[in-house]
Amino acid sequence: MKNVVIVGGGIAGVETACALAECGNRVTIIEKSDKIGGKLNRWYCLFPDFKKASDLKKYLEEKISKFDIEIKLNSEVEKAERNGNIWYVYTGNVRYAADAVVLSTGYELFDATRKEELGYKIYDNVITQGDLEEKFKTGNFKTTFGENPKRVAIVHCVGSRDEKCHNLYCSKVCCVTGVKQAIELSKMLPETQIFCYYMDLRMYDKHFEELYRTAQEHHNIQFIRGRVSEVSQTPDNRLAIKTEDTLSGRPMKMKLDMLVLLAGIDTKKHNSKVAEIFGVEREESGFLKSKDFHIGAGILSQQGVFASGCCISPMSIKETIENARSSALQINQYLKTL
Amino acid sequence: MQFSDYFYYPFLLGSLYLFAVVAWRFVKWFAGLSKIDKIRVRKGLLTKKTWDSIVESVREGLLHFKMFRVNKLLGYMHMSLAFGWFLLIVVGHVETSLYYHSSFFPFHHSIFFRYYVTEPTDYVGHVFFEYAMEFLLLFVLSGVMLAYFKRFRSKSFGMKKTTRMRYGDHIALTALWLIFPLRFFCETFNAGIYGNGSPFFNGIGQFFASFINLETFKNPLWFSYSLALGVFFVAMPYTRYMHIPAEINFIFLRNWGVKLKKRVNTYTMAEVYSCSRCGVCIDACQLNHAGIKNSQSVYVLKNIRNKNLTDEVLFNCLLCGKCQEVCPVGIDVNDLRITQRIETTLQYNSSYDYLNLKESEAKKTDIVYFAGCMTHLTPAIKQSMLKILKLSGDNFWFMDENKAPCCGRPLMLAGQFDAAQKLIDNNQKLILASGAKTLVVSCPICYKVFKEDYMMPDVDVKMHTEYILNLVEKGRLKLKQSTQTAVYHDPCELGRGSGMYELPRELLKKSVTLKPMENEREKAYCCGGSLANMKISMDERSVISEQAMREFSTYKPDFVVTSCPLCKKTFAKTDILTVKDIAEVVVENLEI
Repeated sequence: MKNVVIVGGGIAGVETACALAECGNRVTIIEKSDKIGGKLNRWYCLFPDFKKASDLKKYLEEKISKFDIEIKLNSEVEKAERNGNIWYVYTGNVRYAADAVVLSTGYELFDATRKEELGYKIYDNVITQGDLEEKFKTGNFKTTFGENPKRVAIVHCVGSRDEKCHNLYCSKVCCVTGVKQAIELSKMLPETQIFCYYMDLRMYDKHFEELYRTAQEHHNIQFIRGRVSEVSQTPDNRLAIKTEDTLSGRPMKMKLDMLVLLAGIDTKKHNSKVAEIFGVEREESGFLKSKDFHIGAGILSQQGVFASGCCISPMSIKETIENARSSALQINQYLKTL
Repeated sequence: MQFSDYFYYPFLLGSLYLFAVVAWRFVKWFAGLSKIDKIRVRKGLLTKKTWDSIVESVREGLLHFKMFRVNKLLGYMHMSLAFGWFLLIVVGHVETSLYYHSSFFPFHHSIFFRYYVTEPTDYVGHVFFEYAMEFLLLFVLSGVMLAYFKRFRSKSFGMKKTTRMRYGDHIALTALWLIFPLRFFCETFNAGIYGNGSPFFNGIGQFFASFINLETFKNPLWFSYSLALGVFFVAMPYTRYMHIPAEINFIFLRNWGVKLKKRVNTYTMAEVYSCSRCGVCIDACQLNHAGIKNSQSVYVLKNIRNKNLTDEVLFNCLLCGKCQEVCPVGIDVNDLRITQRIETTLQYNSSYDYLNLKESEAKKTDIVYFAGCMTHLTPAIKQSMLKILKLSGDNFWFMDENKAPCCGRPLMLAGQFDAAQKLIDNNQKLILASGAKTLVVSCPICYKVFKEDYMMPDVDVKMHTEYILNLVEKGRLKLKQSTQTAVYHDPCELGRGSGMYELPRELLKKSVTLKPMENEREKAYCCGGSLANMKISMDERSVISEQAMREFSTYKPDFVVTSCPLCKKTFAKTDILTVKDIAEVVVENLEI
């Protein structure tokens, strides 16, 4: 029986753990928060089918409970060293010996305060998509004026495909997240006008394009092609944005009650830490560097260290689960060779 | 015809040619000055300014004080060559006059004195002059030796990089390098043959005599010496050595008050030719960190002179002014670049009608606040400023709150003079219509253009720092001392650009502890975000920003403070340290 340590108990971590346990390995998950599920704990509904995030979490919990997997919560890896084929992973006072380590540290939302012109944490009622999910859960959309917003704008690509903050990559899932959130919002607040400011809408996966069409046809959501250049406050403390409608070529200003920033996927902080601990390489974008783009995804530059989920590339939940399963297969093959 | 009748011809022809070319250029440059500049020169001629110029010419043209400040060895090299040579000419002339008991003698006689005068002499102080001339020659030679050495090891001279040379420069340089060693051999050989000179020179002459026939080499050597001088003089106007006469001319013109306008004129050429291509500006340039190696000031000046300046080089510059600060000649490189940009770029026929600025919109007020584009993009600064303005109790008008016209500076930096002027005229109309006596800005980019290019003599343009400090000093705002430490980053446009170094520090010290840094004030870095560079890539910008921020972080401050929204924005994205504007620090430490 081989030992595997998985760093991070989000969707990727749990799914990889279950698949590896099913193959007869002894698996330990080290999770820094007090519960498994990762970002699922924050989301309300999932695109494209509006499945409840809590349902998916329930699936993960039921699945993991079937196996004898040790889950070490509130713990972070402090140190790791390799001796031959064995990795020693230290957390707190405990040392784990592992034949393979899986990094599934996921991502963080891009820190929107770095785009100061968008006013996050400077003006009231400027929030990120993560904050909006909390509002979906509580059903309380009241702005600081104590009323529901009459006009909301959603800004795409905050910190993604943005040379100015050195994030050149596309975070891939924010486009559809924005569309999904616009629809949810319009369902919950039918009186509210909703605008999406985008530079491209990348509806790449099954059902996404239909969702985008539905948003326009049935929910009256307006999509405006243009980036928001600056946010300010009007004399009556509402928000005002400046942008350009690039399709009609006109600069425009709009007054708003709420602004939602679709912050991109950012892995720099987490990954720099684990990359240092395990001595694995990163790409310039911050993602962990796989051995090969086509056939080596998740195989890292250190023997016995693998990765799954968003720490190697932006992924939707569906893709994360697929990736976790295929990684597990790959890791199991490696374990057999030992 | 005897050898003595012709060997000095190369020298004579070369020096006459040099004199003619330099004189012609000076006349041409003066003739091309604007009427006002000519009046400036005429009025300045008989004033202290002329005396100052003479002093400065000696200090910088001969003694090279500024060069000493860069590096002592580099200073000595320039000083021994320039001052030593100068003294050789002057002392040699005196010696010759004393020998002939007259100042009227063929002027090459003083240069080739030892050739003509071989028998023992007895004029007043002849021993002193003999020794002095030999000492001076050795003094110059020490500089030449250093120059040889510098070619191979520029690092010992505090320079990481030296200027790349052109073909003609090599000819002139070789000639220059040969002049003094040749003169040394001429004189020692003569001393060996005729038994004159100091025991040292004589000794060397005797030493050579022990294995070669000095007589055979004497005449060829004197001829070579004359030839080296001649070649150098002929090459001089076409190489970087033109800086020797040009720099003196430039010092005088500058002291008389001639200024670079927004247009290229002959003063531009007077400046361009004054560049000695010493290369000190190369090391000062931060573009080096980003691997940009062809657009430093020395190359731009060279390209202007050779008429092969490309946009790629002209516009690949942050206009941070670091090179201007270290330039030993004091060339206005930034202004030169801007005038070149104005001259060579197509002026866009911009219309700002859409701004629809009407004088009637101006609010009657005491103080106008102009935030500018960059402050609008950093709302934390804008909010802090509005809070301070409201607390001040002053009657103010936030001029660009809704319609936000540009101040004109970015266009000016891009060489779009006409478009910038349109914006300037529009804004000026509005500010004057408000009747305000003070204009407060929170961006040093705006500050510079308001100060320099707007015609509003009755409006006091104030940087936010100045305005806030005034409020604090009058007791209208109270600040509390916090326990935080910070480093202050001097923005280019405010520090080197407008000379404001102390006011921000004075204000900051009232609420935080400032840690001094090695590279601050005149030596401060550019943040890398400069609007002036149209060619640099985002990656190259990041390299520059990160390099500066890493250095800041070695001082372990709680945060970095600056007084420019663009610096703040640029530094903030590196995510290395927290960056704040001075206005934010003030608001955080207000005692209300």
